[in-house]
Formats: sequence, C-alpha cells, structure tokens
Amino acid sequence: MRSFTLLLAGAAALALSTQAIAQKDIVIGLQCDRTGPTQTVGVFLCPGYHDYIALVNSKGGVGGAKIRALEIDHEYKVPSAVESYERHKKEGAVLISLYGTPQTQALTQRLTEDKIAGTSPGFGSAAAANGDRFPYIFPIAASYWSQAAGAVQFVKDRLGGNLKGKKIAYLYFDNPAGREPLPVLEALVKEEGFEMRTFAVPSPGVEMGAQVIDIAQRFKPDFVIAHLFGRSPSVSIKELKRVGYPLSKVVSFVWGASEADIIAAGGWATAEGYYGIQFAGVGGNYPVLKEITEMYKQQGKPAPKEMASTVFYNRGVLIAAIHVEAISNAVKAKGNTNITPHDVKLGFEKIKGFTLGGLVPPLEINNVDHEGGGWVQIFQAKGGKWVKSTEWFKAYPTLLKRMLAHGG
Amino acid sequence: MFHRESGYYKTSYAADMALYPLPVARWTVAAIALAMCVAPFVLHEYYVSIINLILVATVGALGLNILVGYTGQISIGHAAFMSVGAYTAANLAVRLDLPFWITLPAGGLMAAAIGAIVGIPSLRIKGLYLAIATLAGQLIIEWTINHVPWISGGAQASIEVPRPTLFGTQLKTQFQLYWFLLFFAVLAIVGTLNLVRSRIGRAFIAIRDQDIAAEIIGINIFRYKLLAFAISSFYAGVTGVLYTYYLGIANYEQFQIVTSIDYLAMIIIGGLGSVLGSIFGAIFVTLLPIAIRLGMENWGSLLFGDADIRNLIPNLRLILFGGLIMLFLVLEPEGLNRLWRNIRSYFRVWPFSY
Repeated sequence: MRSFTLLLAGAAALALSTQAIAQKDIVIGLQCDRTGPTQTVGVFLCPGYHDYIALVNSKGGVGGAKIRALEIDHEYKVPSAVESYERHKKEGAVLISLYGTPQTQALTQRLTEDKIAGTSPGFGSAAAANGDRFPYIFPIAASYWSQAAGAVQFVKDRLGGNLKGKKIAYLYFDNPAGREPLPVLEALVKEEGFEMRTFAVPSPGVEMGAQVIDIAQRFKPDFVIAHLFGRSPSVSIKELKRVGYPLSKVVSFVWGASEADIIAAGGWATAEGYYGIQFAGVGGNYPVLKEITEMYKQQGKPAPKEMASTVFYNRGVLIAAIHVEAISNAVKAKGNTNITPHDVKLGFEKIKGFTLGGLVPPLEINNVDHEGGGWVQIFQAKGGKWVKSTEWFKAYPTLLKRMLAHGG
Repeated sequence: MFHRESGYYKTSYAADMALYPLPVARWTVAAIALAMCVAPFVLHEYYVSIINLILVATVGALGLNILVGYTGQISIGHAAFMSVGAYTAANLAVRLDLPFWITLPAGGLMAAAIGAIVGIPSLRIKGLYLAIATLAGQLIIEWTINHVPWISGGAQASIEVPRPTLFGTQLKTQFQLYWFLLFFAVLAIVGTLNLVRSRIGRAFIAIRDQDIAAEIIGINIFRYKLLAFAISSFYAGVTGVLYTYYLGIANYEQFQIVTSIDYLAMIIIGGLGSVLGSIFGAIFVTLLPIAIRLGMENWGSLLFGDADIRNLIPNLRLILFGGLIMLFLVLEPEGLNRLWRNIRSYFRVWPFSY
C-alpha cells in the first residue's frame, strides 16, 4: 500500500513537472528607444511597461504562465528594428510592441506575412486602424486622426459649442506624422465652418519664432492646435508665452504633452494653462500604479523614479496592460497557455470594457476597428501638475469612419 | 606560412589581369562563396536576416567608399541618394507595375543623375565646405520627397511596394530574399573590385592623392569627380531599392542624415579606400550592437539588476561604438582592413619576421 502511495506521489510529481515544462513563458517582443532621437519617451515608457509585466508576474502571470517581455533597443533605426523583430520571432514572441513610425511602416508587411500582431500606439498611419486593410497592425490608442477630431471637439466645447466664424491655428512639425491630421482638419473646416491656417515648423523644430509671431500678432486665432515632437513642444510653449499668446488657448497632441515638455519649457509656472491630449490616463492616482508601488515596497525597494514622469510611464503601463489583456483573452479562448500569435491577434479583437481603473480608455477593439474607438482625454497644466479637464471621449466618429473606409 | 606566392608564371594577359592571380586567394574566395551558399540552409532565419541587413549595408558602404575612400570627396548626403533610389523604384513598381530588374537599375540611375548634380560643388570646393554642400543636398532631397506628394505618394510619405517576383515566385521569406540580396551584393563587390583597378578607378585615386597633379597628367577633373559622385550615388540608389524590396515599403524617414553618418562610420571603421574594408565596416556596424546585447543578456546579470541592464545595454552600445571609432582612428587610422592586412602579412612569413 505504502509503495502504491509512493508510486502515485511519484506519478503526480512527474505529471506536475512535465506540466511545469509545458508551462513555458509567454514571450512579448518589446521594441524600445532609450538612446535615439525619441529617447526622452523611451526612458520612461519602457520601465512602465516592464513594471506592469512584473506586477502581473508577481500575481502568478496569465493562466499560470509567466510573461517575459524581451526588450530590444533599436535606437529609432530601421535596420535595427528589423533585426530585433527577427530576434523576437526566433524567441517565439506572440506579439510585437512596435516603437516608432518608420519602424512600424517597415515591419507592417512582414508582420502581415508572418501573421504576428504588432501594436503601434501613437505611431504608424491612422489608416492602420482599419482592421480589414491591416489585419495584424493594432494602433490600440487614438491615432492622429482621432486626436485631430478630439482637439477640434475640445476647442468647440471651449468656445461655446459653435465654431462658425472662429479661427484655429494648426502648428505642426513638418514631417509625415505632422501632416497626417490635415485631411481630418480640412474635413472639419467644411463641417464646422471655422477658419484654419496651418503653420509648419521645419525639422528639428527648435526654431519657430516667425510662426509664433504670425500666429499671435497677425492671424490672432481663437485657439491653437499644436502637433509637435521631441524638443519642439517645449519651444512652442516658451515662444507662445513670450509673444503673449495665452497658453490656455493651446491644445497639444499626445507627443507634446508630457511632464518633460513642461519642465524643458521652463517649468510649470511658465506653462500654466496649457492643454494636452492623452491616450492614457495621467497622474499617479490610479489603483494599478499604487499596486506597482506596493510591489516594490514588498521587495524592499523604493518606487522607481521613472514613475514621476506619469505621462510616458502611464503610457507604458497602458500598452503593457492591453497586451496582457489580449494574451489573457487568448489563453481563455484556447484553454491553455500554448498560445500562437494568431490567438493573440484574436485576443486583441475581443478587448472590451477593460479600463484599469480609468488609466485605460473604454476601448472596444474588434476585427474592423483596431484602434478601439479613438478615445482621448484632455489634461491641463495647472498648479504644478496635469489636471484632468475632460473625461474620455471620442469625437466625430462617423466622419472618421467614413475617411477610414476610403483608406486614408 | 602554408603556401608559396612565388613560382606562378602567367602565360597570358587574361591570367595576368585576373582579380585573384594566386591560387590560394582563389581557393579562399571559393571557400567563402561556398560558405555563403550553404549558410542560409544551416542557419536559423534570424541569422539569415542579419546577413541580409549586412548585404544591403555592404552595397551602400561600397558606394560611399568609392566617393570618400577612393576619390577623396566627402559626402554626408549618402542616405538621401538611397531615398531617391527607393522612391524611384517604388513609384515605378506601383504605378507602372514594373518588375525589379527594371526598377532597380532605374532607381540607381535616377540616384546617379541627382548625385551628379549634388556633386557639382565638388569642382570648386573641398573638404569641410564640400561636406556642407552635400549636407544641403541631403536636406533638399529630404524636403522635396516630404513635400511633393507626386513623389512621396501622400501625406505619410511612404509607398508600399509588392515584393520582387522571380520566375513567378514572390520572394518573401528571409531565405528567399537572401539570394536576391546576395546576388546584388556580389555584383556590387565584383563591380567595385574591377572599377578601382580600371582607368576610371586609377583616375579617382589620382584625384584623391593630389587633384592638381592629376589634372596635369591629363585627367579631366570635371568629368571624373562627377563620375565618382554618379557611381557612388548609383550604389546608394541601388541600396535604397534593395531596402525597399526587403522591407516592402519606401519611407524617407529611414534615410535621414543619421543614416548618412552611419555609413560614414562604416567606411571609416572598415577602412577608407578598400573594398574589403567596406564589407568589414558593414559587418562590424551591424553586428556590434547585436554582440553587445547578447553579451549583456547572458552575463550582465552577474553585475547589474534587471532594470539597470535594460538601461545599460543601449547606452553601453553607444559608448562602445563611439569609443571604438576613436580607438581605431588613434591606433589604426586605416581601419579594420589595415588590421586584417597586418595580421595577414605577419602570418605570411611566420615564423620568420620578414
């Protein structure tokens, strides 16, 4: 009898150990830029991503399997991004977290051929929101088109609900990403009847004295919509302030609205009133961030200093959270953790009602809409921090849907 | 050490003019060729993809070396010529549905034409001044592509291109594209090897060493300087086309000035004025980040925590990359190629000193 029990125990142990072998890590391919031209984003965004994954793993992972995010820094270079993608594929990544517009463009065709889902929050083309045309690209966050629509909606609300006869200046970085919102803005000019003038800032975007004087003293718009990158958002804040244009009439797209931009512009006192569009919640007041702090405390470590830069850090958390949600959808659908990239793709298309305590917008991703609705939230620089000034909203959905159907 | 270089008598002009007159050199080349043919069958797709990137970079580095290394004209607009090639090929492939064997030379020729125009200032200015003039070329080309939708194909300035088709098969996988890229890389290498020992190549070298002297001995400076720019840009254009087919998209954002600097780094590290050096440079610049990353992933945890490693890998790469360039310029200004030749000549007479 005793030997029988032993045998049983042995068999059980064997079964357990084989299960443990079968239960291998779920690998995510994470592309980052911590050293290239957009390093100011990467050094906060990527730690946020890893911290959320660590949090999930500390709670036992997904379906019992740990998640391993393999980060590769591609320095915003296309050949490195190609190499890192192939490396991720070799490691068995079930999804790729893309970083950067040229990199997203360069890998789109290969992702589609290999049937691996790639996410491009805030990058790539707005047309990628169309899941019919780009089945394996998931923007998962408001595209520049949705941001443009959101900005105009916001301006309309600020100016009393009617834009007829109003003047809006569009101050943009003169590159493809900067010009991308133009079709949407032009369509809205027709629909809402406002007057728009565009002001291009040439690369590298640190010289815009002429444009700003033109805006403040000649055009005198009722609102400025700014779409700048890198160092230029801080320059725009500084210059607009200098010529006396009220910053409470400026709303920036997502890459011009971080803590780092405000600090580079000369601090919160200078930028008081400046509005910024966000696709992830801003500030430290979300349950998930408290859990991360708690996790660090249990390990006897202080919370990482990157957490203070909440705009980019929270975006990293948002991206990781949506990835984990897609993976857990895939695990649930399959019943085990041996999921394929295709399962994860289907997992993305089931994301709904996942808000992470308000940090993530109420996305609804399906096989047609890979953007999840184009939700944005607007924050204002006020008293030393970003203060929420609207709830999550999506603007002009029918117009955007019509434009997406035309293929962009 | 293992072979004798004496005792081979050439009995025909053809034998005397062979690229590799010594049997041992021919055997080495044959062995490398064989290895390149076997490699994609035995290597994982990931390693094939790295070789693919090296192959494309080799073509670009060769082109830049013809201009900078052989002719002595500096250019920091190399990446812009790649974008000229890329967009020419992309437009031809998408609008007129032309196959790659037309779009590829067309992209090269268009880049050569633009390159010759950008090279005109080289007739009057040299050195740093020429660098600025080519920088202007880079910026003008970038701006033009960015602002002319007829070229760039719309606001996104990127054109999706169907992958190349050969005998009815579309070359999609890294394995298939390997052969496609290898063919053109070999063509570029053999072409350059022959170019630099031809009349044109000798003229380039003469101009590099002393352009006034070259003019006095009857070299038409005007013609050969522009020719150097045209040939170099042709290579760059072809590189752009190869990138376009390899990635399936033409996008000017990958051909910005940083890329030009990368290619300059390749030929400086590899060795100015040598074909082998261009190849060494392309290999080195592509592999170094990968090697540093692998090393850190495997052994970094002995010294640092996880979060630190993630921050350290990219920064360490930059530090090492910059440090190595400085080290080479101080220790061996002629680059990896010179290092290789030193090693080779040492072992040639080993165990004797000469």
